[in-house]
Amino acid sequence: MSRKRTAALVGNPNSGKSALFNALTGARQKIANYAGVTVERKAGRLTLPSGEPVELLDLPGSYSFDAASPDEAVTRDVVKGTFEGEAVPDVLVVVLDAANLEQHLVFAQEVLELGRPTVVALNMVDLAERDGLTLDPAALSEALGVPVIPTVAVRRKGIAELNAAIAEAETHADEQAHTRWHLTLPERRLSAKHMARGAILSKSTRHTIENGVDKILLNPWIGPVVLFGLLFVIFQAVFAWATPFADLLEGGVGVLSAGVTASMAPGILRDFLTEGVLAGVGSVVVFLPQIVILFAFILVMEASGYMARAAFLMDRLMAGVGLSGKSFIPLLSSFACAIPGIMATRSISDPKDRLTTILIAPLMTCSARLPVYAVIIAAVIPQTSVGPGIGLQGLVLFALYVAGIIGAMVVALVLRRTVTKGAASGFIMELPRYQLPRIKDLAIGLWQRAWVFLRRAGTIIFLATIALWVLLSFPKAEPGESQLDASYAGVVADTIHPVLEPVGFNREMSLALVPAIAAREVAVSALATTYAVDAEDEDVAAEGVTAKIAALWSLPTALAFLAWFVFAPQCLSTIAVARRETNGWKWPIVMVVYLFALAWIAAGLTYWIAVSAGL
Amino acid sequence: MTLDGFDSGKSARITGVDWDALAQDEGKRLKALGVDEGAEVAILHRGVFGGRDPIAMRLGNMTIAIRRMHARAIHVEAA
Repeated sequence: MSRKRTAALVGNPNSGKSALFNALTGARQKIANYAGVTVERKAGRLTLPSGEPVELLDLPGSYSFDAASPDEAVTRDVVKGTFEGEAVPDVLVVVLDAANLEQHLVFAQEVLELGRPTVVALNMVDLAERDGLTLDPAALSEALGVPVIPTVAVRRKGIAELNAAIAEAETHADEQAHTRWHLTLPERRLSAKHMARGAILSKSTRHTIENGVDKILLNPWIGPVVLFGLLFVIFQAVFAWATPFADLLEGGVGVLSAGVTASMAPGILRDFLTEGVLAGVGSVVVFLPQIVILFAFILVMEASGYMARAAFLMDRLMAGVGLSGKSFIPLLSSFACAIPGIMATRSISDPKDRLTTILIAPLMTCSARLPVYAVIIAAVIPQTSVGPGIGLQGLVLFALYVAGIIGAMVVALVLRRTVTKGAASGFIMELPRYQLPRIKDLAIGLWQRAWVFLRRAGTIIFLATIALWVLLSFPKAEPGESQLDASYAGVVADTIHPVLEPVGFNREMSLALVPAIAAREVAVSALATTYAVDAEDEDVAAEGVTAKIAALWSLPTALAFLAWFVFAPQCLSTIAVARRETNGWKWPIVMVVYLFALAWIAAGLTYWIAVSAGL
Repeated sequence: MTLDGFDSGKSARITGVDWDALAQDEGKRLKALGVDEGAEVAILHRGVFGGRDPIAMRLGNMTIAIRRMHARAIHVEAA
């Protein structure tokens, strides 16, 4: 055996391909990008009954070889063997939704016309039975001329049989190759109809549950209420449930840092490890619980089929600013962190829609801004009540989130009329069938997201942290002089301060913005350092710095700082991800420039209005 | 009569589609989903905010979300 054999899963979107992929490969999956395009390449290892390993590809869901999106183009090119750097798969596994045969058989015929060794997985037969369908796989196999294996991927049924069929597929290839028709789409559709009818043994007129559930969830009045209720619960969960885990992680980093401090001699290397690596990378890792919780909700929404309904309900709202319901999913993710949010824009097929969504994703208040908001609000906003159960502080926090959302909508509106101008985007989306998600599939999905976040953000933050630490630590201060004043970072702060002075920022704030480029919450600890608060822990530092801010900052200055952070140019990791996803520096630069301008104007307006109002 | 003007819940047969009125990719997508002359569709749900947009329609065994502008390009008759 000279070369490792490969197989690929192909099928319509919502055919249960990914669940089948999980069932065939387990958690041993490798996720990367196809060369040159931002389409996810998912590969895993399938072990044949003979023990031979096969590389299994999960190709993007596709309706036709006549591609309407970059994803579909990848599927077509890989299957046809014209994708550079990707070997043509030895065996194709066509995945069909058993309850939707007439539609799925259209694309299946297109794949079969290639004459490659092929096996058909008749997936989700349980859902078909739920709908009152009894199917005859043998009749379908006869009609298609290839083996047809009934499977229920989420329950791991039929997997061994499918595996065996994949192993034998290549030996049948010769018999299959010459029997292929070449049909037009209407012909294919007609023959799909006949084949589907031939394969359905009986059909009871049971009502599908979709219709009933959708009557409630897509109801013009109840639907939005349910969706916003769910979003409220998600936000509560992200901010409340994550806290103990985040504290635990923070404590762990603290212990590690203390351990390093205790076991190493004082010096540059120790400072580098504790102040640089642990503080920097630790400050990102702390957000992992929030991201995992948010993604748990998102994955359940996706796997159950509800996410498409949420997109449906949000579409009208998004259409108002020139986007579509498809942008809702990435923007929702961006409340945890813009990085996974920007990566999630891959599901948007329209390139201009996608670009606009990437550009506005940083305006969704990410969790890294919460510590900054919390500290400043605690310092300058009185803890008074403005109504039954509504505190002024909470109201201000809520207003900052809303300001971000409104800002994003306004920016999208402007972008769609200027730089990302184009035909109003449409919204065509299959609303998949409702399904109970399987815990193991969710766990695999969560693990993948968490790992991508940690690896990508971790490496970038790591490098940025080293750079900032160097800037902050050198040259060394003379006795009596503050390290920040003496450092290169201090020089940078002095350079940018004249720009920020008109909008009410004091020099310490300008200084704090420099390290905040690495991660926004670092602004808090940077202020703390600047005010010479001797504290290792960010929370302790926060208490100290709160008192300092309350004493030293005027209210207009503090409000200007809050307004700044609603729009502030995002962290380095976000810029790096935006560069990667847009394949160049042009759009990240546009993003940084417009956010900087917005932040400056927002901070300025806030400051000037507050001053003239006599606050 | 176009699908947009058709009553919700009632079955309609597509008599023709104005492919030229649709963006190329969207036309392709609709065609791939099975929107074409002779297919049977029914409007299941309509959105609430201004304009009752988007529309969820039944096509075969699928539920598909489209915008009203797409529905206006789909000509139908009662099935």
